[in-house]
Amino acid sequence: MKFGIIVFPGSNCDHDAYHVISKQVGQPVDFIWHRDTDLNSFDALIIPGGFSYGDYLRAGALARFSPVMDSVKKFAATGGFVLGICNGFQILCEAGLLPGALIRNRDLNFICEHLSVRVETSDTPFTNEMTPGSVLLIPIAHAEGNYVCDDATLAELQREDRIVFRYCEQSGVVSEAANPNGSRDNIAGICNRSRNVLGLMPHPERACEDLLGSSDGRDIFRSLAATLAAVA
Amino acid sequence: MKQCYVLLWLKENQELFGIRATYMKAKVFVSLKPGVLDPQGKAIQHSVELLGFSGITDVRQGKYFEIALQDSADQEEARESVTRIAREVLSNPIIEDYLVEIEA
Repeated sequence: MKFGIIVFPGSNCDHDAYHVISKQVGQPVDFIWHRDTDLNSFDALIIPGGFSYGDYLRAGALARFSPVMDSVKKFAATGGFVLGICNGFQILCEAGLLPGALIRNRDLNFICEHLSVRVETSDTPFTNEMTPGSVLLIPIAHAEGNYVCDDATLAELQREDRIVFRYCEQSGVVSEAANPNGSRDNIAGICNRSRNVLGLMPHPERACEDLLGSSDGRDIFRSLAATLAAVA
Repeated sequence: MKQCYVLLWLKENQELFGIRATYMKAKVFVSLKPGVLDPQGKAIQHSVELLGFSGITDVRQGKYFEIALQDSADQEEARESVTRIAREVLSNPIIEDYLVEIEA
């Protein structure tokens, strides 16, 4: 099993993700420059956080035109696992691999803090080692994480159990008070219809060691590794 | 024939002589769809009110692009191309609307 981490000009969480996969999950991993198009040797892709293309135009808007993205679309269409974190989530939305869009935070602030996030479903390759309803402590760090979509899309996400993470209180209660950025329905992460593409605003790769304040993010990568091991 | 080369050279180096190229210009306005939260617009509105203006009921922030096109471009073709650029790059149809104007 081999993980690939896509690097755009302006990605800055690529090395964090690399560290987690190689040291915490203990699996082979390689960087993929955004001009590369050959993804044949990879079993799972991570689109890391950062500011691809300096967030010019809209967050993620220019990255979607990078040569690698056509290959990512093909990779996803054939069932490959794609995990988009923060800017990676924004890129996946801009590329049409996930529905909706991420706009400026409700209160305009860049928010950087550890928050409680509730696991809503274990029916994804990224959460199948977790219990629905469990609460993870994971940091967010973004200015454009306010998830928006139309009513029909929201209904579809709810009906198909595709809301994977919601912002919540420490107790696990999902409330407006626990919503950091104004996201519709407290959405912190969603998956596509085939459930092999996940995007989330929180940074699980920054919460994989107790030394860093939380190791709750590790289960996401472990779930993915376990899924890959089962497939192989 | 020789004259053609001279003209071509002049066209490519016209800036040397202070001649400004005539381009067709496209203007693209991108705005948030009605109903999409615009916290920046709200903050601007607040500042405008602090300046002493009253009666401002709403401020929405958008984006404005100027695109220069070769003068030889056909106006309708230009509109088609720029509309596609506006739809697929400059705006995100989920949250934004766009308006294209072509200036000959």
